[in-house]
Amino acid sequence: MKLLVPVKRVIDYNVKPRVKADGSGVDLSNVKMSMNPFDEIAVEEALRLKEKGVASEIVAVSVGPAKAQETLRTALAMGADRAILIESDAEIEPLAVAKLLAKVAGEEASGMVILGKQAIDDDSNQTGQMLAALLGWAQGTFASKVEVSGDAVAVTREVDGGLETVSLKLPAIVTTDLRLNEPRYASLPNIMKAKSKPLAQKKPEDYGVDLTPRLTTLKVEEPPKRSAGIKVADVDELVAKLKALGVAA
Amino acid sequence: MKTLVWVEHEGGALKDATLSAVTAASKLGEVHLIVAGAGVGGVAAEAAKIAGVGKVHVADDAAFDHALAENVAPLIVDLMGHHDAFVAPATSNGKNIAPRVAALLDVMQLSDILSVESADTFTRPTYAGNAIATVKTSDAKLVITVRGTAFEKAAKDGGSGTIEAVSSTGDKGLSSFVGAEIAKLERPELTSAKIIVSGGRALKDGPTFESTIFPLADKLGAAVGASRAAVDAGYVPNDYQVGQTGKIVAPEVYVAVGISGAIQHLAGMKDSKTIIAINKDEDAPIFQVADIGLVGDLFTVLPELAGKL
Repeated sequence: MKLLVPVKRVIDYNVKPRVKADGSGVDLSNVKMSMNPFDEIAVEEALRLKEKGVASEIVAVSVGPAKAQETLRTALAMGADRAILIESDAEIEPLAVAKLLAKVAGEEASGMVILGKQAIDDDSNQTGQMLAALLGWAQGTFASKVEVSGDAVAVTREVDGGLETVSLKLPAIVTTDLRLNEPRYASLPNIMKAKSKPLAQKKPEDYGVDLTPRLTTLKVEEPPKRSAGIKVADVDELVAKLKALGVAA
Repeated sequence: MKTLVWVEHEGGALKDATLSAVTAASKLGEVHLIVAGAGVGGVAAEAAKIAGVGKVHVADDAAFDHALAENVAPLIVDLMGHHDAFVAPATSNGKNIAPRVAALLDVMQLSDILSVESADTFTRPTYAGNAIATVKTSDAKLVITVRGTAFEKAAKDGGSGTIEAVSSTGDKGLSSFVGAEIAKLERPELTSAKIIVSGGRALKDGPTFESTIFPLADKLGAAVGASRAAVDAGYVPNDYQVGQTGKIVAPEVYVAVGISGAIQHLAGMKDSKTIIAINKDEDAPIFQVADIGLVGDLFTVLPELAGKL
């Protein structure tokens, strides 16, 4: 089975995002960028499926600017076999990304697509579900465990009340949650090797997908700030405060 | 505008997350509901009583049990033939189903909205809540998920909706439910609790977490939450997690115990009305957002606090 792993280049999760003073967006100039953490988990899960002999080939794909090549090289250094960059400097919405990915999954005859449940920049949590809809495939979202057996995959999902397991007919979409695995670090030899792995360069036009945005961002603001309050000296003072709040008798 | 609101239910009872979605939908226009599941007559009757509700569409079929997105999305797409907006609470079901509906309708979903500015303009959090975007859609139909803590809950009674059965779109044969490990709650549910006591990595291990946090929570009649660090370390199950990727909460009082205050945790609780922090590190970032802070060793502070309440 061939696996397709979409990855996104986003602001590094350790960087605190700063809203631009003119309200046009978040300042990404001179900010460290990395692979979306949920996508790293997706790459790791694909690698484990290959190591178990379930998957034969892992193709990483990214829709984004030329620099998203670095993100794809990271996936290759972790162990993906080859990569596809669909290059565009425009901001492409999840629906359009899903349409591009649907074309790639078709061309590549992917048996499963594993991707992050959400990107930590727009926090949309849509692409995987949309891709499943467009392909008419089953979807296992927010996965904390993935087990392939025959022509089905059992996905344990993190849901509001705890965990839930569903069985999906393959081909299927899996979106990853945090506790699915701990992604490996790429070793130096593998980083060197990744440089010679194939990376195909494509344009959105190659896929004949309409990318016209449906949403317009009118402004971006910082959330209302909370200011620090008071410190109490001891438990008695805290008890008094709790009583004043009416939460303790 | 005619809206169709996803009714969240469990064990034959309506869940409160539905009520915030109803409030958001009512800002757009007429509120209709969809109750999908197996043996959901009681839920439909309960839903029809929600204040301001018009029609309650009921799809009662085993195919809709456990809200499998593959089966539920086509049902909603059918109903969207005569509705203008699909509105779901941003619960795990809502987040699973709504984007599938959006793609089938060829529209861009608006995720996790915080406010309705007008019929086509909404605010929503991005970058873990560090940037609030005001977004305008040009799609003819809307698909929206609603952040529960950002909207008041509609009243559970006073309404007189009409219940209408809709024919099933059937089982698509793509997916099936295998089983669930749903935690049995002896305490209030996190997302609807008035008071929450949350513990962090400083709680050392599972038994220590329980013996330290639970007595205080029980004294206050509070729900129990945890930071991602505490969940990852295995002290408590995943459904306790408060934060960007866990549950988003906004109780009257949030007590953070031994939680340093990582960005991703703050994203899940900073809309709480009063935040109380107990931490031995006086420089912990949690104190920058706390209304009331107590610097001290939680292992002496908590038993003393529980004893004095």
